[in-house]
Amino acid sequence: MFEHYLNIFITTVFIENIALSVFLGMCTFIAISKKIDAAFGLGIAVIVVCLITVPLNNLIYNSILKEGALAWAGLPDANLEFVGLISYIGVIAAAVQILEMFLDRFVPALYNALGVFLPLITVNCAILGASLFMIEKDLRFGESVVYGLGAGVGWAMAIVVLAGIREKLKYSDIPEGLQGLGMTFLIVGLMSFGFMSFGGISL
Amino acid sequence: MTVKQYKQVLAKPLLEENPITLQILGICSALAVTSNLSVTLVMCVALTFVVSFSNLFISIIRNYIPSSVRIIVQMTIIASLVIVVDELLKAYDYETSKKLSVFVGLIITNCIVMGRAEAFAMKEKPFLSFLDGLGNGLGYSIILIAVAIVRELFGTGTLMGYEILPLVSNGGWYPANNLLLLPPSSFILIGLMIWGIRAYKTDQIEPNEYKLSGHASAPDLSKRELNV
Repeated sequence: MFEHYLNIFITTVFIENIALSVFLGMCTFIAISKKIDAAFGLGIAVIVVCLITVPLNNLIYNSILKEGALAWAGLPDANLEFVGLISYIGVIAAAVQILEMFLDRFVPALYNALGVFLPLITVNCAILGASLFMIEKDLRFGESVVYGLGAGVGWAMAIVVLAGIREKLKYSDIPEGLQGLGMTFLIVGLMSFGFMSFGGISL
Repeated sequence: MTVKQYKQVLAKPLLEENPITLQILGICSALAVTSNLSVTLVMCVALTFVVSFSNLFISIIRNYIPSSVRIIVQMTIIASLVIVVDELLKAYDYETSKKLSVFVGLIITNCIVMGRAEAFAMKEKPFLSFLDGLGNGLGYSIILIAVAIVRELFGTGTLMGYEILPLVSNGGWYPANNLLLLPPSSFILIGLMIWGIRAYKTDQIEPNEYKLSGHASAPDLSKRELNV
Protein backbone atom coordinates (compact mmCIF):
# COMPACT_ATOMS: atom_id res chain seq x y z
CA MET A 1 0.00 0.00 0.00
CA PHE A 2 2.68 2.43 1.08
CA GLU A 3 4.77 1.38 -1.89
CA HIS A 4 1.90 2.18 -4.25
CA TYR A 5 1.62 5.72 -2.90
CA LEU A 6 5.38 6.18 -3.04
CA ASN A 7 5.28 5.11 -6.69
CA ILE A 8 2.65 7.72 -7.52
CA PHE A 9 4.66 10.38 -5.71
CA ILE A 10 7.94 9.62 -7.47
CA THR A 11 6.23 9.31 -10.84
CA THR A 12 4.60 12.73 -10.48
CA VAL A 13 7.69 14.47 -9.16
CA PHE A 14 10.24 13.14 -11.62
CA ILE A 15 8.86 11.13 -14.52
CA GLU A 16 5.77 13.24 -15.17
CA ASN A 17 7.10 16.48 -13.73
CA ILE A 18 4.29 18.94 -14.22
CA ALA A 19 6.57 21.75 -15.36
CA LEU A 20 9.26 20.01 -17.35
CA SER A 21 7.45 17.02 -18.84
CA VAL A 22 3.85 18.18 -19.21
CA PHE A 23 4.68 21.90 -19.53
CA LEU A 24 2.06 23.38 -17.27
CA GLY A 25 2.29 26.63 -15.36
CA MET A 26 4.86 27.82 -17.86
CA CYS A 27 3.92 31.50 -17.82
CA THR A 28 4.60 31.97 -14.12
CA PHE A 29 7.43 29.47 -14.39
CA ILE A 30 9.27 31.72 -16.80
CA ALA A 31 8.05 35.11 -15.56
CA ILE A 32 8.82 34.64 -11.84
CA SER A 33 12.08 32.69 -11.90
CA LYS A 34 14.54 35.58 -11.84
CA LYS A 35 15.26 35.32 -8.12
CA ILE A 36 15.51 32.19 -5.99
CA ASP A 37 13.60 33.75 -3.04
CA ALA A 38 10.57 34.61 -5.12
CA ALA A 39 10.67 31.26 -6.90
CA PHE A 40 10.81 29.45 -3.58
CA GLY A 41 7.83 31.38 -2.16
CA LEU A 42 5.79 30.69 -5.26
CA GLY A 43 6.80 27.04 -5.17
CA ILE A 44 5.56 26.66 -1.58
CA ALA A 45 2.28 28.36 -2.48
CA VAL A 46 1.77 26.00 -5.41
CA ILE A 47 2.46 22.95 -3.21
CA VAL A 48 -0.10 24.09 -0.62
CA VAL A 49 -2.79 24.95 -3.15
CA CYS A 50 -2.26 21.73 -5.13
CA LEU A 51 -2.44 19.68 -1.97
CA ILE A 52 -5.80 21.25 -1.09
CA THR A 53 -7.51 21.56 -4.46
CA VAL A 54 -6.67 18.23 -6.11
CA PRO A 55 -8.27 16.06 -3.37
CA LEU A 56 -11.17 18.52 -3.12
CA ASN A 57 -11.84 18.28 -6.85
CA ASN A 58 -11.51 14.52 -6.58
CA LEU A 59 -14.29 14.48 -3.98
CA ILE A 60 -16.48 16.74 -6.09
CA TYR A 61 -15.94 14.65 -9.19
CA ASN A 62 -16.53 11.31 -7.54
CA SER A 63 -19.51 12.28 -5.40
CA ILE A 64 -21.36 14.78 -7.60
CA LEU A 65 -20.23 15.08 -11.20
CA LYS A 66 -19.39 11.55 -12.27
CA GLU A 67 -21.94 9.57 -14.24
CA GLY A 68 -24.23 7.86 -11.75
CA ALA A 69 -22.62 9.57 -8.76
CA LEU A 70 -25.89 11.26 -7.85
CA ALA A 71 -27.65 7.93 -7.35
CA TRP A 72 -27.96 8.65 -3.60
CA ALA A 73 -30.11 11.66 -4.44
CA GLY A 74 -32.42 9.59 -6.61
CA LEU A 75 -30.84 10.68 -9.90
CA PRO A 76 -28.98 7.60 -11.16
CA ASP A 77 -28.92 8.85 -14.78
CA ALA A 78 -27.48 12.27 -14.09
CA ASN A 79 -24.13 12.98 -15.72
CA LEU A 80 -22.79 16.39 -14.82
CA GLU A 81 -19.33 15.96 -16.30
CA PHE A 82 -19.89 18.85 -18.69
CA VAL A 83 -19.88 21.38 -15.86
CA GLY A 84 -16.61 19.89 -14.63
CA LEU A 85 -14.33 22.65 -15.82
CA ILE A 86 -16.36 25.41 -14.27
CA SER A 87 -16.60 23.63 -10.92
CA TYR A 88 -12.90 22.81 -10.73
CA ILE A 89 -11.89 26.39 -11.44
CA GLY A 90 -14.50 27.59 -8.98
CA VAL A 91 -13.06 25.31 -6.30
CA ILE A 92 -9.55 26.54 -7.06
CA ALA A 93 -10.54 30.20 -6.99
CA ALA A 94 -12.44 29.72 -3.73
CA ALA A 95 -9.66 27.66 -2.12
CA VAL A 96 -7.08 30.29 -2.99
CA GLN A 97 -9.30 33.04 -1.60
CA ILE A 98 -9.91 31.14 1.65
CA LEU A 99 -6.26 30.21 1.99
CA GLU A 100 -5.37 33.86 1.56
CA MET A 101 -7.73 34.94 4.33
CA PHE A 102 -6.58 32.10 6.59
CA LEU A 103 -2.92 32.94 6.15
CA ASP A 104 -3.57 36.65 6.61
CA ARG A 105 -5.27 35.95 9.93
CA PHE A 106 -3.15 33.13 11.40
CA VAL A 107 0.23 32.97 9.64
CA PRO A 108 0.99 36.57 8.65
CA ALA A 109 4.69 35.83 8.11
CA LEU A 110 3.96 33.33 5.35
CA TYR A 111 1.22 35.60 3.99
CA ASN A 112 3.67 38.45 3.59
CA ALA A 113 6.27 36.18 2.06
CA LEU A 114 3.86 34.87 -0.57
CA GLY A 115 2.42 38.33 -1.23
CA VAL A 116 1.09 38.78 -4.71
CA PHE A 117 1.73 35.18 -5.75
CA LEU A 118 -1.27 33.74 -3.96
CA PRO A 119 -3.99 35.37 -6.09
CA LEU A 120 -1.87 34.72 -9.17
CA ILE A 121 -2.05 31.02 -8.49
CA THR A 122 -5.73 30.89 -9.46
CA VAL A 123 -4.69 31.29 -13.06
CA ASN A 124 -1.68 29.01 -12.85
CA CYS A 125 -2.42 26.19 -15.21
CA ALA A 126 -0.32 23.77 -13.15
CA ILE A 127 -3.08 23.73 -10.53
CA LEU A 128 -5.99 23.23 -12.91
CA GLY A 129 -3.82 20.85 -14.95
CA ALA A 130 -3.14 18.71 -11.90
CA SER A 131 -6.88 18.45 -11.24
CA LEU A 132 -7.64 17.59 -14.86
CA PHE A 133 -4.93 14.93 -15.01
CA MET A 134 -6.22 13.52 -11.74
CA ILE A 135 -9.66 13.11 -13.38
CA GLU A 136 -8.12 11.63 -16.52
CA LYS A 137 -6.12 9.09 -14.49
CA ASP A 138 -9.24 8.23 -12.50
CA LEU A 139 -7.48 8.30 -9.12
CA ARG A 140 -9.09 7.41 -5.82
CA PHE A 141 -9.15 9.88 -2.92
CA GLY A 142 -5.99 8.68 -1.18
CA GLU A 143 -4.10 8.59 -4.46
CA SER A 144 -5.28 12.07 -5.34
CA VAL A 145 -3.78 13.48 -2.12
CA VAL A 146 -0.40 12.00 -3.04
CA TYR A 147 -0.80 13.13 -6.64
CA GLY A 148 -1.56 16.71 -5.60
CA LEU A 149 1.44 16.78 -3.29
CA GLY A 150 3.70 15.29 -5.96
CA ALA A 151 2.52 17.71 -8.64
CA GLY A 152 3.20 20.68 -6.36
CA VAL A 153 6.59 19.44 -5.20
CA GLY A 154 7.68 18.69 -8.77
CA TRP A 155 6.69 22.14 -9.98
CA ALA A 156 8.33 23.87 -7.02
CA MET A 157 11.54 21.94 -7.50
CA ALA A 158 11.68 22.82 -11.19
CA ILE A 159 11.14 26.56 -10.65
CA VAL A 160 13.78 26.74 -7.88
CA VAL A 161 16.30 24.97 -10.11
CA LEU A 162 15.54 27.30 -13.01
CA ALA A 163 15.84 30.36 -10.76
CA GLY A 164 19.22 29.09 -9.58
CA ILE A 165 20.46 28.79 -13.14
CA ARG A 166 19.09 32.21 -14.09
CA GLU A 167 20.77 33.89 -11.13
CA LYS A 168 24.12 32.62 -12.36
CA LEU A 169 23.21 33.43 -15.93
CA LYS A 170 23.04 37.18 -15.46
CA TYR A 171 26.83 37.35 -15.16
CA SER A 172 27.37 35.70 -18.51
CA ASP A 173 27.88 37.24 -21.91
CA ILE A 174 24.82 36.44 -24.00
CA PRO A 175 24.11 37.76 -27.52
CA GLU A 176 21.86 40.83 -27.31
CA GLY A 177 18.64 39.49 -28.81
CA LEU A 178 18.83 36.33 -26.74
CA GLN A 179 19.13 38.04 -23.36
CA GLY A 180 16.37 37.40 -20.87
CA LEU A 181 13.38 35.61 -22.33
CA GLY A 182 15.09 33.95 -25.30
CA MET A 183 17.87 32.46 -23.22
CA THR A 184 15.40 31.30 -20.57
CA PHE A 185 13.48 29.35 -23.20
CA LEU A 186 16.64 27.62 -24.38
CA ILE A 187 17.63 26.73 -20.81
CA VAL A 188 14.18 25.36 -19.99
CA GLY A 189 14.38 23.33 -23.20
CA LEU A 190 17.67 21.80 -22.12
CA MET A 191 16.38 21.15 -18.58
CA SER A 192 13.37 19.46 -20.03
CA PHE A 193 15.54 17.25 -22.26
CA GLY A 194 17.35 16.31 -19.07
CA PHE A 195 14.10 15.36 -17.40
CA MET A 196 13.18 13.15 -20.34
CA SER A 197 15.90 10.77 -19.22
CA PHE A 198 13.66 9.91 -16.26
CA GLY A 199 11.09 8.71 -18.79
CA GLY A 200 12.80 5.34 -19.13
CA ILE A 201 12.38 4.49 -15.47
CA SER A 202 9.58 2.06 -14.76
CA LEU A 203 8.40 1.72 -11.20
CA MET B 1 -12.67 55.69 -32.82
CA THR B 2 -11.22 55.69 -36.27
CA VAL B 3 -10.59 52.78 -38.57
CA LYS B 4 -6.88 53.37 -38.14
CA GLN B 5 -7.15 52.81 -34.43
CA TYR B 6 -9.07 49.57 -34.97
CA LYS B 7 -6.35 48.38 -37.30
CA GLN B 8 -3.68 49.24 -34.78
CA VAL B 9 -5.38 47.35 -31.97
CA LEU B 10 -5.74 44.33 -34.24
CA ALA B 11 -2.24 44.37 -35.70
CA LYS B 12 -0.12 45.27 -32.69
CA PRO B 13 -0.22 41.89 -30.94
CA LEU B 14 0.85 40.08 -34.11
CA LEU B 15 4.54 40.95 -33.92
CA GLU B 16 5.21 44.07 -31.88
CA GLU B 17 3.47 42.93 -28.72
CA ASN B 18 3.15 39.27 -29.40
CA PRO B 19 1.61 37.52 -26.39
CA ILE B 20 4.09 34.64 -26.45
CA THR B 21 7.39 36.23 -27.38
CA LEU B 22 7.03 39.49 -25.46
CA GLN B 23 4.22 39.39 -22.91
CA ILE B 24 5.11 35.87 -21.65
CA LEU B 25 1.47 34.79 -21.84
CA GLY B 26 -0.02 31.49 -22.92
CA ILE B 27 3.17 29.51 -23.20
CA CYS B 28 2.04 26.16 -21.77
CA SER B 29 -0.18 25.15 -24.63
CA ALA B 30 2.31 26.52 -27.16
CA LEU B 31 4.65 23.72 -26.16
CA ALA B 32 2.46 20.74 -25.74
CA VAL B 33 0.20 20.83 -28.79
CA THR B 34 2.60 21.79 -31.56
CA SER B 35 3.91 18.45 -32.78
CA ASN B 36 1.16 18.15 -35.39
CA LEU B 37 -0.10 20.99 -37.57
CA SER B 38 -3.77 20.03 -37.83
CA VAL B 39 -4.09 19.65 -34.04
CA THR B 40 -2.37 23.01 -33.62
CA LEU B 41 -4.81 24.69 -35.99
CA VAL B 42 -7.77 23.43 -33.98
CA MET B 43 -6.16 24.70 -30.79
CA CYS B 44 -5.50 28.12 -32.36
CA VAL B 45 -9.09 28.47 -33.54
CA ALA B 46 -10.36 27.42 -30.10
CA LEU B 47 -8.18 29.90 -28.27
CA THR B 48 -8.87 32.78 -30.66
CA PHE B 49 -12.59 32.15 -30.28
CA VAL B 50 -12.42 32.09 -26.49
CA VAL B 51 -10.19 35.13 -26.10
CA SER B 52 -12.16 37.34 -28.51
CA PHE B 53 -15.56 36.49 -27.06
CA SER B 54 -14.45 36.58 -23.45
CA ASN B 55 -13.04 40.05 -24.12
CA LEU B 56 -16.31 41.07 -25.75
CA PHE B 57 -18.56 39.81 -22.94
CA ILE B 58 -16.37 41.03 -20.12
CA SER B 59 -16.15 44.42 -21.76
CA ILE B 60 -19.94 44.61 -22.12
CA ILE B 61 -20.50 44.06 -18.40
CA ARG B 62 -17.31 45.76 -17.21
CA ASN B 63 -19.13 48.61 -15.47
CA TYR B 64 -21.26 46.24 -13.43
CA ILE B 65 -18.52 43.96 -12.07
CA PRO B 66 -17.48 44.83 -8.50
CA SER B 67 -13.70 44.82 -8.50
CA SER B 68 -13.41 42.56 -5.44
CA VAL B 69 -15.01 39.58 -7.19
CA ARG B 70 -13.94 40.38 -10.72
CA ILE B 71 -11.58 37.41 -11.07
CA ILE B 72 -14.32 34.92 -10.30
CA VAL B 73 -16.74 36.69 -12.67
CA GLN B 74 -14.15 36.64 -15.44
CA MET B 75 -13.36 33.02 -14.73
CA THR B 76 -17.02 32.07 -15.00
CA ILE B 77 -17.39 33.75 -18.37
CA ILE B 78 -14.19 32.22 -19.69
CA ALA B 79 -14.99 28.76 -18.34
CA SER B 80 -18.45 28.81 -19.94
CA LEU B 81 -16.95 29.69 -23.32
CA VAL B 82 -14.36 26.94 -22.94
CA ILE B 83 -17.07 24.42 -22.10
CA VAL B 84 -18.89 25.41 -25.30
CA VAL B 85 -15.71 24.87 -27.32
CA ASP B 86 -14.96 21.59 -25.56
CA GLU B 87 -18.44 20.18 -26.15
CA LEU B 88 -18.42 21.29 -29.81
CA LEU B 89 -15.06 19.66 -30.33
CA LYS B 90 -16.19 16.43 -28.71
CA ALA B 91 -19.25 16.39 -30.93
CA TYR B 92 -17.68 17.17 -34.29
CA ASP B 93 -13.99 16.25 -34.09
CA TYR B 94 -13.61 13.61 -31.43
CA GLU B 95 -10.17 12.45 -32.65
CA THR B 96 -8.59 15.88 -32.24
CA SER B 97 -10.38 16.39 -28.97
CA LYS B 98 -8.73 13.20 -27.65
CA LYS B 99 -5.31 14.36 -28.85
CA LEU B 100 -5.67 17.76 -27.21
CA SER B 101 -6.79 15.99 -23.99
CA VAL B 102 -6.66 18.43 -21.09
CA PHE B 103 -5.32 21.33 -23.11
CA VAL B 104 -8.72 22.53 -24.26
CA GLY B 105 -9.79 22.73 -20.63
CA LEU B 106 -6.60 24.53 -19.83
CA ILE B 107 -7.61 27.43 -22.09
CA ILE B 108 -9.46 28.63 -18.97
CA THR B 109 -6.20 29.27 -17.24
CA ASN B 110 -4.40 30.31 -20.40
CA CYS B 111 -2.90 33.56 -19.28
CA ILE B 112 -3.63 35.26 -22.62
CA VAL B 113 -7.36 35.10 -21.96
CA MET B 114 -7.09 36.24 -18.35
CA GLY B 115 -4.35 38.77 -19.10
CA ARG B 116 -6.24 40.47 -21.91
CA ALA B 117 -9.46 40.50 -19.88
CA GLU B 118 -7.68 42.23 -17.01
CA ALA B 119 -5.47 44.53 -19.05
CA PHE B 120 -7.80 45.51 -21.87
CA ALA B 121 -11.42 44.40 -21.66
CA MET B 122 -11.99 45.87 -18.19
CA LYS B 123 -11.15 49.34 -19.53
CA GLU B 124 -12.15 49.55 -23.18
CA LYS B 125 -15.33 49.49 -25.25
CA PRO B 126 -16.77 46.13 -26.40
CA PHE B 127 -15.90 46.25 -30.10
CA LEU B 128 -12.34 47.41 -29.46
CA SER B 129 -11.89 44.67 -26.86
CA PHE B 130 -13.17 42.10 -29.33
CA LEU B 131 -10.55 43.24 -31.84
CA ASP B 132 -7.84 43.13 -29.18
CA GLY B 133 -8.83 39.58 -28.32
CA LEU B 134 -8.82 38.64 -31.99
CA GLY B 135 -5.41 40.21 -32.50
CA ASN B 136 -3.92 38.45 -29.50
CA GLY B 137 -5.45 35.16 -30.55
CA LEU B 138 -3.91 35.58 -33.98
CA GLY B 139 -0.54 36.59 -32.54
CA TYR B 140 -0.60 33.40 -30.48
CA SER B 141 -1.65 31.42 -33.55
CA ILE B 142 1.20 32.76 -35.69
CA ILE B 143 3.85 31.54 -33.27
CA LEU B 144 2.11 28.21 -32.71
CA ILE B 145 1.65 27.55 -36.41
CA ALA B 146 5.27 28.46 -37.16
CA VAL B 147 6.51 26.08 -34.46
CA ALA B 148 4.14 23.35 -35.62
CA ILE B 149 5.23 23.66 -39.25
CA VAL B 150 8.89 23.27 -38.33
CA ARG B 151 8.21 20.40 -35.97
CA GLU B 152 5.92 18.42 -38.23
CA LEU B 153 7.82 19.07 -41.47
CA PHE B 154 11.26 18.21 -40.16
CA GLY B 155 10.10 15.72 -37.54
CA THR B 156 7.96 13.47 -39.71
CA GLY B 157 8.34 14.88 -43.23
CA THR B 158 4.62 15.61 -43.51
CA LEU B 159 2.34 18.65 -43.26
CA MET B 160 -1.29 18.18 -42.19
CA GLY B 161 -0.67 14.47 -42.80
CA TYR B 162 0.45 14.93 -46.45
CA GLU B 163 3.94 13.79 -47.31
CA ILE B 164 6.25 16.67 -48.25
CA LEU B 165 9.70 15.27 -47.59
CA PRO B 166 9.81 11.56 -48.50
CA LEU B 167 11.33 9.68 -45.56
CA VAL B 168 14.25 7.29 -45.85
CA SER B 169 12.16 4.63 -44.17
CA ASN B 170 9.62 4.92 -47.04
CA GLY B 171 12.26 4.80 -49.76
CA GLY B 172 12.76 8.60 -49.93
CA TRP B 173 15.80 10.71 -49.14
CA TYR B 174 14.90 12.56 -45.92
CA PRO B 175 16.04 11.10 -42.59
CA ALA B 176 13.46 12.24 -40.01
CA ASN B 177 14.72 14.34 -37.12
CA ASN B 178 13.06 12.64 -34.18
CA LEU B 179 14.41 15.23 -31.77
CA LEU B 180 11.83 17.70 -33.09
CA LEU B 181 9.00 15.40 -32.13
CA LEU B 182 10.00 15.57 -28.48
CA PRO B 183 8.14 18.34 -26.64
CA PRO B 184 11.26 20.13 -25.29
CA SER B 185 12.33 21.00 -28.83
CA SER B 186 9.53 23.56 -29.00
CA PHE B 187 11.21 25.49 -26.17
CA ILE B 188 14.34 25.71 -28.25
CA LEU B 189 12.40 26.70 -31.38
CA ILE B 190 10.50 29.45 -29.55
CA GLY B 191 13.75 30.64 -27.95
CA LEU B 192 15.37 30.96 -31.36
CA MET B 193 12.25 32.63 -32.71
CA ILE B 194 12.42 35.24 -29.96
CA TRP B 195 16.04 35.83 -30.90
CA GLY B 196 15.00 36.34 -34.53
CA ILE B 197 12.19 38.75 -33.67
CA ARG B 198 14.42 40.76 -31.38
CA ALA B 199 17.16 40.98 -33.98
CA TYR B 200 14.54 42.69 -36.16
CA LYS B 201 12.72 44.68 -33.45
CA THR B 202 15.70 45.81 -31.40
CA ASP B 203 13.59 47.81 -28.93
CA GLN B 204 12.35 44.53 -27.41
CA ILE B 205 15.83 43.56 -26.22
CA GLU B 206 16.06 43.29 -22.43
CA PRO B 207 19.00 45.25 -21.01
CA ASN B 208 21.70 43.26 -19.31
CA GLU B 209 21.81 43.66 -15.53
CA TYR B 210 25.59 43.52 -15.43
CA LYS B 211 27.88 44.88 -18.09
CA LEU B 212 30.98 42.88 -18.83
CA SER B 213 34.05 45.06 -18.72
CA GLY B 214 36.10 45.04 -21.89
CA HIS B 215 39.62 43.65 -21.96
CA ALA B 216 41.13 47.14 -22.08
CA SER B 217 39.81 48.09 -18.67
CA ALA B 218 40.86 44.86 -17.01
CA PRO B 219 43.58 45.36 -14.36
CA ASP B 220 47.05 44.81 -15.68
CA LEU B 221 48.10 41.73 -13.79
CA SER B 222 51.68 41.78 -15.04
CA LYS B 223 52.46 44.83 -12.89
CA ARG B 224 50.90 43.35 -9.77
CA GLU B 225 53.18 43.19 -6.76
CA LEU B 226 53.59 39.81 -5.25
CA ASN B 227 52.79 39.91 -1.61
CA VAL B 228 53.18 36.34 -0.60
